[in-house]
Amino acid sequence: MTTLDLTPGTGAAPRRHTLAAQGRMELRLILRNGEQLLLTLIIPITLLLLFSKAPIADVPKPRVDFLMPGMLGLAVMSTAFTGQAIGTGFERRYGVLRRLSTTPLSRPALLGAKTTAIVLVETLQTAVLCAVGAALGWDPTGSAVPVIGLLLLGTACFSSLGLLMAGTLRAEATLAGANLLYLVQLGLGGVAFPLTDFSGGVRRLLELLPLGAMSDGLRHVLNQGAGVPLHDWATLTVWTAAALVAASRWFRWD
Amino acid sequence: MAAAVEVSNLVRRYSPVAGITDVTFSAPEAAVTALLGRNGAGKTTTVEICCGLRRADSGTVRVLGLDPATDVAELRARVGVMPQAGGSGASGVYPAVRVEEALRLYSAMYADPLPVDALLEVLDLQRVRRTTWRRLSGGEQQRVSLALALVGRPAVVFLDEPSAGLDVHARHTTWDLVRELRKAGVSIILTTHDLAEASVLADHVVIIDGGRVVATGSPADLTRDASTDGLRFEAPAGLALDSLDTALPDGATAHEVRPGHYAVGPRVDPDVVAAVTAWCAQQGVMADNLTTSGQTLEDVFLSLTAPEAP
Repeated sequence: MTTLDLTPGTGAAPRRHTLAAQGRMELRLILRNGEQLLLTLIIPITLLLLFSKAPIADVPKPRVDFLMPGMLGLAVMSTAFTGQAIGTGFERRYGVLRRLSTTPLSRPALLGAKTTAIVLVETLQTAVLCAVGAALGWDPTGSAVPVIGLLLLGTACFSSLGLLMAGTLRAEATLAGANLLYLVQLGLGGVAFPLTDFSGGVRRLLELLPLGAMSDGLRHVLNQGAGVPLHDWATLTVWTAAALVAASRWFRWD
Repeated sequence: MAAAVEVSNLVRRYSPVAGITDVTFSAPEAAVTALLGRNGAGKTTTVEICCGLRRADSGTVRVLGLDPATDVAELRARVGVMPQAGGSGASGVYPAVRVEEALRLYSAMYADPLPVDALLEVLDLQRVRRTTWRRLSGGEQQRVSLALALVGRPAVVFLDEPSAGLDVHARHTTWDLVRELRKAGVSIILTTHDLAEASVLADHVVIIDGGRVVATGSPADLTRDASTDGLRFEAPAGLALDSLDTALPDGATAHEVRPGHYAVGPRVDPDVVAAVTAWCAQQGVMADNLTTSGQTLEDVFLSLTAPEAP
């Protein structure tokens, strides 16, 4: 039998090592998950191809220019909210978070690792979607800075909402709820159908959804070369702050 | 001997009847301390409080001199935890992660971890190193869980039923590893329902019942009781012992301690042994596990944790 020197060690590794190791694990698990791949890439690309080529809905032309901002928002939501909520919900259910909490990996480091993995996946999604959009004739205008700002704020917002759901509901309820909200926001978040199709009161309500605000803001920049309307920043900021406070208050690790 | 874990007057109530109401014990350094108790006695709650996974309502806990509730970072760097397997399906490991990936993730969190390849070999896990957790057998999952608890070279390790579900070979490998840990100076807190395991491994035993400690001491201390010196054997339950009492030397009597377990006392000598074996032969029954030592740890446990009569 191989002999092991079991003498007690000197303690924890430097924090950046634990963060990097956990980040790699989070990324590996996202990319290994087939259902996650469906949400993050296949559905947005399929919808983009379908809605830009087939006259399914009455959207402003060129169709791809209208669709791309919403698809970028949808991609962020699928990774930061739906994928994260389901993944974290089942990590709670399997006791993964509880066991990790007995190791030197701190909670902020765990959240940092999750965020890093999400941002990396979103970068990949954005690159693939932009390439498909370009192939379909997408011609964006405007500055990249507010676009990146909106994508990051949207990530923070959806991530907080995802953790709130995963940390308070049972894994099965999170699975059902996260998928339902994905579908609702896909239909009513200004992704494939313009919010102007809805009557005034309903439209104003839908503009207050995180994905509605994000799609609207991205569309102002990418389609019109304008800045992001203040109400879109405000909507996303309020959702993010509220979800962060609620998640910090009610998130259960086991 | 210095204490690795000190628990004083620990209280954690879940309801008026559940939880722990008064747990006090001390686990020596570089020794194996076994926590024994029936299901729901409070063992896992005690361990979870010691690991910082749960807060106590009152009482004090020190692990390596640190408070698990406040010295979280320092403690987690020096403590290994193997949780109970399968509680509500909670394995504690990502189902889609491979064995080696899980071990390398955990090893990356410590300054000088055990070599992963050697650990895989010692626990006979090389064959499944690329297998995902969800495809492992129960015994393999137990061994991986043990490896995860040890990979960081802990100074104190909490093992909650480490040999549950293991085959005989794996159980002995686990026991050998526990002995090696003790030899290396690691303090081991072992929670188990297997009293044979506690007997062969533990230097110190803590018996918890109904949320409070009912006995502590070394296995030898706990089983040493002059009143129970005598001869013990196992045979079919319900034997009529009148004829045995008649056959025994003057002053010796026999009684059935519990179904199928017999004790003869108050003293034992060659005449008593001869009388018992002759009587068993006469009855046509086999006297199994005939021993002249005192009570076993199981006897002590059963006497201290007997359910109250309705």
